Order: sequence, then structure tokens, then C-alpha cells
Amino acid sequence: MHRWLAPAAGFAVLVLALAALEWAASVGWVSPFLTPPPSEIAAAGWRMAAEEPLASAFFSTLGVVLAATVAAAVMGIPAGWAMYRFPLLGNAYENWVAALFSAPLILLYPLFLVLFGRGPLTIGMIGFLSGVIPVILKTYEGFTAVPVVLVNVARSFNLPESALLRKVLLPAALPTVFTGLRLCFIYTTINVVGLEYLVDVGGLGFMVGLMYDRYDIPAMYAAVTFVLLISMLGFSAAERLERRWGRGA
Amino acid sequence: MAEYGRDCRAQPFMTSGHGSAQASAVLTAEGIGKRFGSGATAVTAIDEVTLSVKQGELISVIGPSGCGKSTLFNIIGGLITDYEGEVRIDGRRVSGCHPDIGMVFQEESTFPWRTALENVEFPLEVRGLPAAERRQRAQQFLGLVGLTEFADRYPGELSGGMKARTAIARTLAAHPKILLMDEPFGALDEQTRLLLGDRLSQIHRELGQTTLLITHSITEAVHLSDRVVVMSYRPGRIKRVVDVDLPRPRSSEIIESEQFGHLVASIWHDLREEASRGLAADEASRRSS
Repeated sequence: MHRWLAPAAGFAVLVLALAALEWAASVGWVSPFLTPPPSEIAAAGWRMAAEEPLASAFFSTLGVVLAATVAAAVMGIPAGWAMYRFPLLGNAYENWVAALFSAPLILLYPLFLVLFGRGPLTIGMIGFLSGVIPVILKTYEGFTAVPVVLVNVARSFNLPESALLRKVLLPAALPTVFTGLRLCFIYTTINVVGLEYLVDVGGLGFMVGLMYDRYDIPAMYAAVTFVLLISMLGFSAAERLERRWGRGA
Repeated sequence: MAEYGRDCRAQPFMTSGHGSAQASAVLTAEGIGKRFGSGATAVTAIDEVTLSVKQGELISVIGPSGCGKSTLFNIIGGLITDYEGEVRIDGRRVSGCHPDIGMVFQEESTFPWRTALENVEFPLEVRGLPAAERRQRAQQFLGLVGLTEFADRYPGELSGGMKARTAIARTLAAHPKILLMDEPFGALDEQTRLLLGDRLSQIHRELGQTTLLITHSITEAVHLSDRVVVMSYRPGRIKRVVDVDLPRPRSSEIIESEQFGHLVASIWHDLREEASRGLAADEASRRSS
């Protein structure tokens, strides 16, 4: 099978779906107030790019999401490794961290509002907190799932303990660690855009809310499309990094 | 039995009775014992196991499940360090993993994030060899196991037999004095095992590698070995040592011979009783749990 066949098929389905929506809107099968035709959404996006601070909103959201994701990776991966390396820590905190995963961390917004003020830092902190938990859990899971035999192979070749993490444990755990990073990106994006929407502090979430308040539904969908673009960029980056660092794993 | 294999049961050391064997032994395990747990629930996995392997010899250890074969493998390989008795290489007592011993494991053990070639390079990388030299040596050993064409493939793209061969090449690349293998083809079907046995036999002939093979396959043990050590069910003790005096070089065609059949039958005669004990003990423990 050609390498381009799967992405081409995916793109073709998207184009067909957009064409079907365009046609359904033009013959009145769907309400243009609820679902405007894609051509209107595209035109609105073009208009927003010229008239509204769309680029700055896009880069503001992208910046906050990336900063929160990188911070979650930088702190979450060592934390997950520490829970594996020191079993007492892992046994003591695994359930606590897992419980936090289901906690509505967005409720900490008032606290961060007091600490950091009404701005990107507060939103970034909420994004970081919701993203760091899956990174910790998945990193811990990845390390604990490394087959003992791989460690024994390394020991049988007298690999020093200091090199074990770099040469065996981390590469073996990497696929699961990347699952955690993907989840982190998802939760961070949801929380950042959601908070931007709710508290009007700029970014794409704010743009979605603003366009909705103006009853400019095509523009609202255009802003949502840019949020999807951030998700796609994040996933594409994660895939490339995993392919580069975890080849074959 | 006496016609085809020599019974060494009565001898204190299983050096097949050769007067100089003890002196020329590359690997000696003396009075090896290992208990797991403590108190009433303690289990003696192996007890008073003494064996020695001479330069270039290939010895198989065979026994029923639960006889402590893998425990013995881990003790000799240095992965278990708290045990009774001692392991010696060329007469020197060793403790822990030793560069003179190369281990091939029962489980799938290739690194999935490395290509076959990079897997074989691993021990050379650990030793700090320059990249060009380790690549050349890895290619040489990959060629030895017949995987030159698959050097750039990842383990996920290889068959079970190819992965097993990659693991063997990786261990051989480290140039160990003694090759220790724990059911390296255990996960493969019988036909593939026989063919890979041929390959192993050929490698053994080419390198003259001193080898201790742990297996549960009587056919594999007789096909490959100079001697077969039959172990009893728990606690694992040496029940009998059988000299395999079949002509070398050998291929899997040897299994068609009458001599081969006699040796297999003779080993199974001893093993059957132990395997039955193991099965009964397993059923009893499942009933009580």
C-alpha cells in the first residue's frame, strides 16, 4: 500500500463531508444559523484574519497550550520515573494521582486568579495541572511495564546502572510515555480554550465567545476551526517526535 | 540405556567421569542450592547441583517444569546472587554477571526500538567500541545467524525465529567464553526449533563455543548436546547425566536414526516420573488455592 493512500483517503472523506454540508445548507436541509455552509465559514475566517486579531489569538492559545504541555512533560516524566524508581513513592501516590485525574481542577481557577491575576498565567496553570496528571500516570505505567527480561539482558552485558535509564528503561517506556503526552495535550487544550471562552482573557476561546455574542455564527465556526488546527499541529508534532525517538517501539 | 548413553548417577561430580575433566572445566557449578521464601512456606528450588562444562562442550539441562532450570540459569548467569555453593570460571570463583558468560533468555528479549543490527551492536556499545568497529562485528554475527538481509529491520518486523537468532547473535557478539541459553527457541513451533537447532549446531561447530543449554525438549537436548543432564522435580537435583555419543557434525536428520530414538526414550523414561510428580504437585496446589 502506498504511504500516501491513508492520508489521501482521510482528506478525501473530509472534502466529501464538507461538500455534503455545503449542499445540505444550500438546499435548506440544515439551518444556516446552526450550521453555516463551509464556504461561508471559510469567508468568515478570511474576514477575521483581516479585521480581528485572529493571528494573535491563535498564537496566544498555541503559546499557552505549548508552555503548559512542555511544563507538564518536564515535571511529569521525572515524577513518573521517581514513582517507579522508589516503589514506596509509587505505592503511596499512584491512587492519589489517579484520583486527581477525575477531579474538576478547573475549580481551582479562583485560587490561581488570586495568585497570578486574570491572564494567560492563570489559564496556563490550569492547563498544566490537568495535563501533568496523565503524564505522571502514563510514565509510571510505562516504566513499570518494561519487561524484566530487557533489564536482565542489559545486566547480563554489565551495563552500568547509570546507563540503564537512558539505554533501556526510557526507550522501552517511551510509547506509553507518549500516550501520556498526547493525553496531556488534549486535556491542556480543552482546559485552556474552555477557560479562555469562560473568562474572556483573549485567545481563540475568547474569539469563539465573542463571535457567538455577535451572532456571527460562520466566524464562530472559523475560530473553532483554528482550535482544531492547534489540536492537529500538536498531534502531528507528537507523532513526529515519537517516530524520531522511539523508532520501531 | 548403557548402550547409547553413559549413566553418571553414581559419580560425585558430573564431569562424565573423565579424570582430567574437572581440571579442564571452563565452567563449574558446585553444590548450588537455592531456597525461595522462609519458614513453613519456603520452597527449595534446587539443591546440591554440581556440574562442570569443558571447553567447547555443549551440555543440556533438562527437567520438568518447576525443577529449577531457570533458577540455575539465573544463578550461573549472575542474576541471582544469594544462593548456596559457588560458580567458577576457569577455576576462579565469580559472583554477579560476568563478561565471560553470555546469556540468551527464554522470553523475547530483543530491544524493540533498535534494528536487528543495532540490537547486536548493543553489548559492543556497552563496552565502548568505536562505531565503525562495532557495526562491522555486529554485521559479522548477524551473518553468522543468517540475518544479513534483515539487519535494518525492527524486531516487530521479524518472525519469532528471527528474533531468537538476533538475540543469539547479540550475545555471541560480546565474545563470551561461555554461552548460557535458557530455552532460546521455547516460544517456537517444533519444526522451526529443529531447523534453528541445525543453525545453532553449525554455529557451535564454527565457534567452538562452550555452551550450557536449558531446555524442556528432549529432542532438542539430544539433537544438540554432548551430554544431557536430567533434573528431578522440586527440589531440582541432578538425577542422571547421559552422554550423547551420536556422530558430529549433526543435523536434524539425526532424529531419524535408531540411536537417537533410544536416547530420547531413555531420557523420557527418567523424566516421565519427574514430570508426573510435577503435574500432580501442580494440580494439588491449584486444588488447595
